[in-house]
Amino acid sequence: MTAQELPIAGDADVVRVRQAVRAAAVAAKLSLVDQTKLVTAASELARNTLTYGGGGSAVIEEVFNGLRKGVKAVFSDKGPGIADLKLALTDGYTSGSGMGLGLSGSRRLVDEFTIETATGDGTTVTVIKWAR
Amino acid sequence: MERLPILKIGPMLLVSIQVDLRDDMVIALQEDLAERIVDTGARGVVIDITALDIVDSFTGRMLATVAALSRVLDAETVVVGMRPAVAITLVELGLSLDGIKTALDVERGMRLLSSGGGSGR
Amino acid sequence: MTSESFGDLIERCRAAEDELVRQWRTDVAASLRGRVSEIELDKELRDLLDAVLSAVGSPQGSDTRSPAFGEVRALLVELSRSRALQGFSPRETAIGVFALKRAVRESVGAGPEFQAFSDVIDELGLFTFETYAKAREEVISNQAEQLLELATPVVKLWHGVVALPLVGTLDSARAQVVMEKLLQTLVDTGSEYAIIDITGVPAVDTQVAQHLLKTIVAARLMGAQCIISGIRPQIAQTIVALGIEFGDIPTKATLADALMLALGRSGVDVAAEMTKRGL
Ligand SMILES: Nc1ncnc2c1ncn2[C@@H]1O[C@H](COP(=O)(O)OP(=O)(O)OP(=O)(O)O)[C@@H](O)[C@H]1O
Ligand SMILES: [Mg+2]
Repeated sequence: MTAQELPIAGDADVVRVRQAVRAAAVAAKLSLVDQTKLVTAASELARNTLTYGGGGSAVIEEVFNGLRKGVKAVFSDKGPGIADLKLALTDGYTSGSGMGLGLSGSRRLVDEFTIETATGDGTTVTVIKWAR
Repeated sequence: MERLPILKIGPMLLVSIQVDLRDDMVIALQEDLAERIVDTGARGVVIDITALDIVDSFTGRMLATVAALSRVLDAETVVVGMRPAVAITLVELGLSLDGIKTALDVERGMRLLSSGGGSGR
Repeated sequence: MTSESFGDLIERCRAAEDELVRQWRTDVAASLRGRVSEIELDKELRDLLDAVLSAVGSPQGSDTRSPAFGEVRALLVELSRSRALQGFSPRETAIGVFALKRAVRESVGAGPEFQAFSDVIDELGLFTFETYAKAREEVISNQAEQLLELATPVVKLWHGVVALPLVGTLDSARAQVVMEKLLQTLVDTGSEYAIIDITGVPAVDTQVAQHLLKTIVAARLMGAQCIISGIRPQIAQTIVALGIEFGDIPTKATLADALMLALGRSGVDVAAEMTKRGL
């Protein structure tokens, strides 16, 4: 599978991102539980892109590590960025009306999790889930 | 926007979620349920999520809010049919939905509401 | 480096393709001792040759890690995997790739550009060796997982009550497999009670205790209740020392006590049932 880029500009896009991530996870032969974990993380991150980043995009692709297959998803926006990353990654912290579980929870759901962000310069979150 | 149908069965309301949930639909459902509980004087709400292949923090929060709302309106909510993979993922995400009553399927959910028991606290 | 380092080697290989494949196949077939059919082997080698020549002919022709070699790598992964499954040795598998050098030398001759080509093949041969090793590991771990599932049966004790009798040391991976299986059984059998009996488990570590706890919470989300039976004093100490909140999770000394509790909660009149069954 080649990389697939999807816009995130509305609620319907979040659903489309979930569906595309699911398809990629099935293709990479992730177990049902791992598929569910990855799709859930993608849902959280796509929503953050929309709510806090003012919209952006998701890029989904299959990745390899020797024989192991995995799915990588990159969520990026050109929004305000996250000033205090440590705080944002704390269970229960929200600047809005959420439960503050999106970032911290999705980090637990995937195998690799990285955030690049700078105040005023947008946010990019990259996650990878490997087939077991 | 398409809204989820709420069925009235005796003294209970039943919502069976069969589509991939958009956030605006989730919010609408929460509002519709509060209204229907008041309008119908329902004593219980069964939310059937058998068909849902994920529950994220947004949907999870809606379930918790509906449960709390219904309690204020003198009704009980029970969430039924959560799939194993979804449950495992929710726990890992950090959502244990304490205080929500749950049951394996719609039938058991209905029975639970009429008996007033339940595996929730 | 560009494809220029290979001169007209690629064109010459393409021109002599049939002869080249024949030569290659003869060498490979000898090492596989007839365990792969001629036709299958012919197709495998032709596909591989075609992919190798295209990759080598590209601008990144000498970098086997470049995207140009994507298809070659995919074919080699496939080859290693099927050889590993069929029980060939890593040597027998990798030799197939190294033998391409000889085939090229004999069928189109070794000019000055042969060294660059030979280096590429060496890289690909090593890659095959590595992927073979990983494939082998995968085969073994799959078998281990299957054994694990067999070794941990979830049994139906009563209508609506299943039990998971755990025996032996629980590591994190095993805990995960058995817990998933337990939750799926709850759905498949429509059971509202699950008894996790750990009489046969000598010790648990933090991770395993956490898995246990998460499974219990997950079961509750699905509408089922777990009861733990047979907690040894040592495990009780671990749980307490770790500060893990088992709070309102019911625990019982024995599997029988746990079953009684489940039956009581689900409203079964045990005495009446026993009379009914003539016990
Ligand atoms: N893409 C982003 N751009 C800017 N800020 C962000 C972004 N993503 C997250 N944040 C900040 O990090 C905080 C924590 O995010 P997280 O997803 O964990 O919680 P939440 O979205 O507030 O609630 P929940 O996801 O549980 O509904 C957010 O409240 C927000 O302030
Ligand atoms: Mg969020």
